[in-house]
Amino acid sequence: MSVPTNLKYSKSHEWVKPEADGTVTVGITHHAQELLGDMVFVELPEIGRTLKQKEECAVAESVKAAADVYSPISGEVIAVNSPLADEPGKINEDAFSAWLFKMKPSNASELDGLLDAAAYTELVENEDH
Amino acid sequence: MPFIPHTEEDIAEMLASIGAKTIEELFDEIPKELVSGELTGVPPGLSEMEISRLMMERATTDGFYQNFIGAGAYEHHIPAAVWQITTRGEFYSSYTPYQAEASQGTLQLLYEYQTMMASLTGMDVSNASMYDGATALAEAALMAVRSHKSSRRILIPKTVHPVYRQVVRAIVSNQKIEVVELPFNTQSGQIEPGSLSDFANEEFAALVIPQPNFFGVLEQVDALTDWAHSKNAFAIGVVNPTALALLTPPGEWGSKGADIAVGEGQPLGIPLSSGGPYFGFMACKNDLVRQMPGRIIGRTTDLDNKPGFVLTLQAREQHIRRSKATSNICTNQGLMVTAATIFMSLLGPEGLRRVAAQSHANTLELVEQLGKINGVKRAFSGPVFHEAALTLAAPVAEVLSKLKQKGILGGLDLQGYYPELGNALLVCATETKTTNDLQNYAEALKHAIG
Repeated sequence: MSVPTNLKYSKSHEWVKPEADGTVTVGITHHAQELLGDMVFVELPEIGRTLKQKEECAVAESVKAAADVYSPISGEVIAVNSPLADEPGKINEDAFSAWLFKMKPSNASELDGLLDAAAYTELVENEDH
Repeated sequence: MPFIPHTEEDIAEMLASIGAKTIEELFDEIPKELVSGELTGVPPGLSEMEISRLMMERATTDGFYQNFIGAGAYEHHIPAAVWQITTRGEFYSSYTPYQAEASQGTLQLLYEYQTMMASLTGMDVSNASMYDGATALAEAALMAVRSHKSSRRILIPKTVHPVYRQVVRAIVSNQKIEVVELPFNTQSGQIEPGSLSDFANEEFAALVIPQPNFFGVLEQVDALTDWAHSKNAFAIGVVNPTALALLTPPGEWGSKGADIAVGEGQPLGIPLSSGGPYFGFMACKNDLVRQMPGRIIGRTTDLDNKPGFVLTLQAREQHIRRSKATSNICTNQGLMVTAATIFMSLLGPEGLRRVAAQSHANTLELVEQLGKINGVKRAFSGPVFHEAALTLAAPVAEVLSKLKQKGILGGLDLQGYYPELGNALLVCATETKTTNDLQNYAEALKHAIG
């Protein structure tokens, strides 16, 4: 699957979509779900929680492992994709549309430090070898 | 292949490579005061004949007492079939093997055990057991804090077993969890209801509710559970499994039921054995299952649609999730659970109810008889299950020593744990006691006090 060019990426395999209103949407990448396998559960952060960049904030659990999801940037959690808890398989179907949570960034410049699609693709390719 | 893989030469070679002269030197960073030294009571290797003789001699020094001590470990009749079956080769494995699914029989037994415990506690799911009741409570506290997210405070009433409170502190205090003890009402022997108002504007993760409590007294579990829920906190029930045959199970306390139920499983077919091994049980509501530590066995079907048993939710266990596992200090007590499962199967719900009812009746009878003695009073007015606290007109230690001379272990001296109660004694009579036994005890106590 191609890596969407309209998104930003963290080295820990989260994707970030900057929205028009200044908020961002966060999920885990196609590559991350491929590593984890069939998803069985997602633990989402509390709405209103303030996160620091790289802070553990969610858990993606598959039949093989329970992996931490790290906040790609600092900010406040303003929405979570609650229906995902009942249908975690959506992440396997389309990781780039099955978002986990939305944030209001507290330091928008952190977005510039994230990877673009090309850099993330390179990261994944290097990891595979 | 030898069972002891390291020869003297192997050990010498490894020590030389590390740069330590002896095994003791290898471990010399352990403070000296923590090292227990030689086990003087354990002789070097003996023949079977010698060891049988030694153990028989030692067994006689234990004596043959009539036991009226409960306080967390209860003497119940164990049908001979329980350990006869438990020690059959097919069952006599103490652990879920690492290649767990290869042992379908072990997994099925654990699955049956979980089903029985979930039914007994009125909860949705049970794990495959824990070390003992005290560590199960500590794990429940950790589980509540993980699930609550905003508070790291646990309320534990002083009516919870004092040793359980100690164990909880030992396990949770290094995890920045605050343990707050609630006082008890000196009239009723229950959690002091007035102490709850101190928390009207305070946040906490869970309230621990013992049923019956350490004094044998029944707590107002419905009101306490609802109060905890009204404060957005979890309710953790610490329950006696025998009592559950008669009392409302924690899953039905208050309007929503307790969230976690834990307890000591020893009364279910495990002999007293000087304090262990026993096993702890833990059950919870469905929405907390991912925070529940330990093994959980599930039932599924294979590719041919045949039923089979598997480890469930193990992605959160220590062998996969390492430092982030739900627990790194737990295991199940497979052999004890095997015995308990067979015990429950043999007795059935009706048998367990009869054991509970007879224990309750015997304790009421004992308390009534003892209450007639000059200088003996019930310490609390609250209703009891199979244990009760008494206050004596004489020092308890002296009384107990006199009773012991007459072959009676008269109960637990509460002085050390609750000095505020004065000369207080905790007594218990299970179904193992006859009317005659109760009369003998009353007679002996009368002489010991008078």
